[in-house]
Amino acid sequence: MRYLPLTDDDRRAMLARIGAASVDDLFRDVPPAALSDATPGGGFDALPDHATEMAVERDLAALAARNTTAGSVPSFLGAGAYRHHVPAAVDHLIQRGEFLTAYTPYQPEVSQGTLQYLYEFQTQVALITGMEVANASMYDAATGVAEAAAMACRVTRRKRVLLSGRLHPHYRAATETFLRYTDIETEALDPDPMAVEDLIGRVNPGTACVVVQNPDFFGRLSDLAALADACHAEGALLIVAVAEPVSLGLVTPPGAMGADIVVAEGHAIGSPLNFGGPGVGLFATRKKFVRHMPGRLAGETVDEDGRRGWVLTLSTREQHIRREKATSNICTNSGLIALAWTIHMTLLGEAGFTKLARLNHMKAVELVEHLETVPNLKVVTPTFFNEVLVRLPGHGAAAIVETLAEKGLLAGVPLSRFYPTYPELADGLLVCATETTESADMAALAAALTEALR
Amino acid sequence: MSPATPTPTLTGNRGLHIEEPLIFEQGHPDKCGVDLPEPADKPDRLGGLARSGPIGLPGLSEPEVVRHYTRLSQKNYAIDSGFYPLGSCTMKHNPRLNERLARLPGFADLHPFQPEATVQGALAVMHRLSAWLLGLTGMEAVALSPGAGAHGELCGMQAIRAALDARGDDGRRVVLVPDSAHGTNPATAALCGFRVRGIPGDARGRVDLAAFKAALDDGVAGVMLTNPNTCGLFETDILALSEAVHAAGAYFYLDGANFNAIVGRVKIADLGVDAMHINLHKTFSTPHGGGGPGAGPTVLSPALAPFAPLPYVVHDGAGYRLVEHVEGNARPFGRMKGFHGQFGVFVRALAYIMSMGRDGLHRASGDAVLNANYLLARLGEALTPSFEGPCMHEALFDDRFLKGTGVSTLDFAKAMLDEGFHPMTMYFPLVVHGAMLMEPTETESRDSLDAFCDAVLALAAKAKAGDAAFFTHAPRHTPRRRLDETRAARHPVLRWEPPAPTRAAE
Amino acid sequence: MSTLYFTEDHEWISVDGDTATVGITDYAQQQLGDVVFVEVPEAGKVLTKGDEAAVVESVKAASEVYAPVSGTVTEGNADLADAPAAVNEDPMGEGWFFKLTLADAGELDDLMDPAAYESFVKGLE
Repeated sequence: MRYLPLTDDDRRAMLARIGAASVDDLFRDVPPAALSDATPGGGFDALPDHATEMAVERDLAALAARNTTAGSVPSFLGAGAYRHHVPAAVDHLIQRGEFLTAYTPYQPEVSQGTLQYLYEFQTQVALITGMEVANASMYDAATGVAEAAAMACRVTRRKRVLLSGRLHPHYRAATETFLRYTDIETEALDPDPMAVEDLIGRVNPGTACVVVQNPDFFGRLSDLAALADACHAEGALLIVAVAEPVSLGLVTPPGAMGADIVVAEGHAIGSPLNFGGPGVGLFATRKKFVRHMPGRLAGETVDEDGRRGWVLTLSTREQHIRREKATSNICTNSGLIALAWTIHMTLLGEAGFTKLARLNHMKAVELVEHLETVPNLKVVTPTFFNEVLVRLPGHGAAAIVETLAEKGLLAGVPLSRFYPTYPELADGLLVCATETTESADMAALAAALTEALR
Repeated sequence: MSPATPTPTLTGNRGLHIEEPLIFEQGHPDKCGVDLPEPADKPDRLGGLARSGPIGLPGLSEPEVVRHYTRLSQKNYAIDSGFYPLGSCTMKHNPRLNERLARLPGFADLHPFQPEATVQGALAVMHRLSAWLLGLTGMEAVALSPGAGAHGELCGMQAIRAALDARGDDGRRVVLVPDSAHGTNPATAALCGFRVRGIPGDARGRVDLAAFKAALDDGVAGVMLTNPNTCGLFETDILALSEAVHAAGAYFYLDGANFNAIVGRVKIADLGVDAMHINLHKTFSTPHGGGGPGAGPTVLSPALAPFAPLPYVVHDGAGYRLVEHVEGNARPFGRMKGFHGQFGVFVRALAYIMSMGRDGLHRASGDAVLNANYLLARLGEALTPSFEGPCMHEALFDDRFLKGTGVSTLDFAKAMLDEGFHPMTMYFPLVVHGAMLMEPTETESRDSLDAFCDAVLALAAKAKAGDAAFFTHAPRHTPRRRLDETRAARHPVLRWEPPAPTRAAE
Repeated sequence: MSTLYFTEDHEWISVDGDTATVGITDYAQQQLGDVVFVEVPEAGKVLTKGDEAAVVESVKAASEVYAPVSGTVTEGNADLADAPAAVNEDPMGEGWFFKLTLADAGELDDLMDPAAYESFVKGLE
């Protein structure tokens, strides 16, 4: 067994040193009735025995081969997960064992590598969101939004959370679930891509926060400044979620629109799609709220010789010290995905990040031009970054997507996948373009849709 | 004898330890590490919301980026480079086969919202991992989506809350948590609207059965136990404890942080457990990555299975299906995470489980327990074990052996850094003074354990000989010496800011 | 002329008429280590004896400070926000936490005088 270094001689010698008769003897505190492996016939007999590296590779490679990879066909899928080109250096660097196989940096003297990149990560996140401070990451944006809502309740000492109907349905569901058994009340508006939501009219002195997404789940970009003002006038916080972090290279950041907390899904920068996970939640806020912020924080200090270094700081907010009074029960962040994110961002730099964002937007503008040639199709998103909602009147978008998938084309994400109980949304399809989308792919999509909608 | 501080170098670099500035201190706006095609020049559709002004990101070329992160990596301790006996963290070897397989385009390049027909292999991975986790625990259902251990705890406790609500039982709002529990347990219970009632331990390091039974009443929703517990001991009364919990009408949550001690030997269902999270990044070898991502799938008993959160995978005649909305008799308490959970972690864990198999996992838990008992036996001569053995997969010592030396557990740990070892978990569990919790795992060789024991015994002898200064000023040979945490917390500097003159010029 | 009282939670209360000043003792600050953050109540907050009144954090620990007596807060020590070290350096002076108007002077009878507190602390060591 290739992962186990002890030999039988080692085991004998060690047992002799311990004064135990056998390895099983060391399990003598386990009640015999609970020891499955000792039961005649064995409690685990149905499970297979160990396998060679070659056999496991063959077996799982066969499963991988049963999937259609997003890069092998024209793909227009978004809805919170965006396919970008990740430079080769990113994956090379995150596989260095000193990053990959380290624990949380609890011993700062031998963890300066992790701590320094987290500090750089926090700075990059703060800069692109237009906020003052950021933490060392959350699990993902969905859990990040949930934590942000709980944080807003701590800051304002209020108990009412208002969720836009244009928030990613997974962010909404994760937030409602997270808060379900607390004394916090959540109100979520209906998903109506056509109407203008009246969030301002619903903010009142009991509101802890309003949670919106920009661009929203249906692709629309909005100016949130008036909403921010309305929130602040009532003493509430504005939380802005960003599902596509590349948008921050081109669009006015939430911080400049008055957001109090910004949560973004970082996954699209530095990581492959990975069927949706693991992701990395970017989480930024104002300096005055930092002690209410969940998650880990790297901070600058000096060592005994006066040299600059970094430590995890303000950890008294965390569960291992505060226990039931902690800001969150979370104890890990998403360190390695944060590393991939920060390396990709460093490779991009100011010039690359802003250019990548512009490239994405121009691809989407081009895609819309193609889509507008399709009869019986309506592009309904007026202002957007790299994703739009189209409607296919008289057709179920899900069926169209299935038909096109059979022809080797991943056309988009049907709204019915998220809103099965809203028949009026069944003709809605989210379509997205990134820098990986070719003009020929767009023409192919338009042609296939034209045929399917005939 | 107190070693002198090494002679300083002219550059501040010390051989392989090279001082590395922040990216913000070495970048230039004209540099870029990627080449991108030129965007088309069409009218934008941003509705007047284009960003104005620079962001302030530094630009670096690819060679500079590679060197920056390579140098940073060289300032980290890791399992790949040395022994990492952090109790409660299961720092075992991370096989590279896991990494290779997770990077197959057939897994890595899948969009979460592709039509089901195009991702049958990915759903099969989730289904097969679920089958293994259920087979190893004997439980009824598994929720794969929790993002890490604490998130899995939340899943289990929310399932308990949902089950209570479903039976109309709104009088149960107390959760019993032993004093030795991880801090996540009370934090999680509080998030589910429960109040925590602490349960003392007995002199043997176990839950006090009498006190436990006395605390059980009809206000108790459930109990959160860790087994083997955080003292590294198996709860010998576990069957009586779970029987009492169920007799009182409450549920039994088991914190699975220490599953590595018993995997392949004990079926969790046989202990009467209603819910347990499994840290794939501990027991099943996926990398810790400097603090995540992990994954915390949570197994559930028949009583809690109907409340498992969305999504989950089912297999029927037509193939695998991902259930994302309420269907059938299921009453999911909600959704914990975006998309379908930590899929990349699932692939790695499955690769490990298939590699080890039934017999390998049995041997792994045996070797993990053997290695810990070997540390207990060898170090017990000079350190002070907190409880009598045998221990399970971790050995607990306290600081009685340092009494009167002027050396604290922290000082001792910092001296271990200089000797090339990552220290054990310190000051946890809270039930003993100056705790030192050592978890060697099964992937350490006897030579590795002996080298560690020799070093620790030599350090203990040095402390007892009265050389406190050797410890209180350690470490001396690490990339940084002790860092001023008070300064970091009193005046938090949480991001780089441009130097003042540059700002004034903007 | 003020009178000094102590609690078993290591708070001190200096009473002058119906006004009391509250802080933590030298023993408490030593146990906590370097104090890095203090959250004090705002003026106007009504406290019942035993209520959570303030939070004090060191690098490794966080503790609640409970109201030793009932009353209405008249002032929190705003200087501690920028200079939490005062709690370590001068716990009985500049490191005070908050002032309140006593609701029931009778509650003071349950507290310790300096001599009783001194022997209480000795008993802990």
